Amino acid sequence: MKAVIHVGLKPGVLDPQGRAIARSLNNLGFDEVTGAKQGRVIELDLKETRAALAESRVREMCEQLLANTVIESYRIRIEA
Amino acid sequence: MQTAVIVFPASNCDRDAAVALKKVTGRDPLLIWHRDTSIPGDVRFVVIPGGFSYGDYLRSGAIAARSPIIRDLVARAGTGLPVAGFCNGFQILTETGLLPGALLRNRGLKFVCRAQTLAVTNIESRYTSAYAGMDHVTFPVAHHDGNYFADDGTLNRLEQEGRVLFRYVGNPNGSARDIAGICNGAGNVFGMMPHPERAVDPLHGGTDGLGLFTSIVESL
Repeated sequence: MKAVIHVGLKPGVLDPQGRAIARSLNNLGFDEVTGAKQGRVIELDLKETRAALAESRVREMCEQLLANTVIESYRIRIEA
Repeated sequence: MQTAVIVFPASNCDRDAAVALKKVTGRDPLLIWHRDTSIPGDVRFVVIPGGFSYGDYLRSGAIAARSPIIRDLVARAGTGLPVAGFCNGFQILTETGLLPGALLRNRGLKFVCRAQTLAVTNIESRYTSAYAGMDHVTFPVAHHDGNYFADDGTLNRLEQEGRVLFRYVGNPNGSARDIAGICNGAGNVFGMMPHPERAVDPLHGGTDGLGLFTSIVESL
């Protein structure tokens, strides 16, 4: 199975890249954009076949390496 | 006195650190490869050098902080071994949890490379005692991810406990409260984004960095 992990800065942590993206979209005329956040997506191929077990292992991976929980939060999606 | 520099793939200030250590100890430091698993027992001070370990993949310092040598480094730091990280070394120390906070992308989004004035904000520490009587020093900075972040509670605690050793004069990267260098609660682990090891010879443009190395070595 596959795990798709989205890692992004926590609310309240300055995201200068997100701010630059929002400003650039405004410059292009997309006035409806009032904010942007830039994160990162990590896809893992797993040999585990049980979704619940896969998710708890991936959570450990996030805590140990994939996210820096001082500044980042993460979301995990397990796909068949 | 035996000292050491940890070398990661794409460290690029390891030799600068080695030259600085030799200048103050009179002895070549050990260069310890990151895949080694232990720091020899006679090593009294360890430098985590600057650079772009693992190409800054994932996050600056993230992969290096999970290298085989780090387990022993964290254990030894816990028993009082002095460890200093400069630039990428500071990022690595925050990623290991030896120092609080994290280094974010510079507020201005640009790589900053210049001589930087710093205020020495605590001369009582093991890393700054030689700066008694000097309010300011100039070290080079050269980084893209040097914007120090920690939550307000952590920042308050760092300040109350005198663990902010240097602050930027003219903040180059957006760091919280102008913080440039901090130490852990025990005072043996220190990290900063500027490069004292690149300011130890007149040909570098200044020798302000020497005081940091003489401070810690004289404390041993």
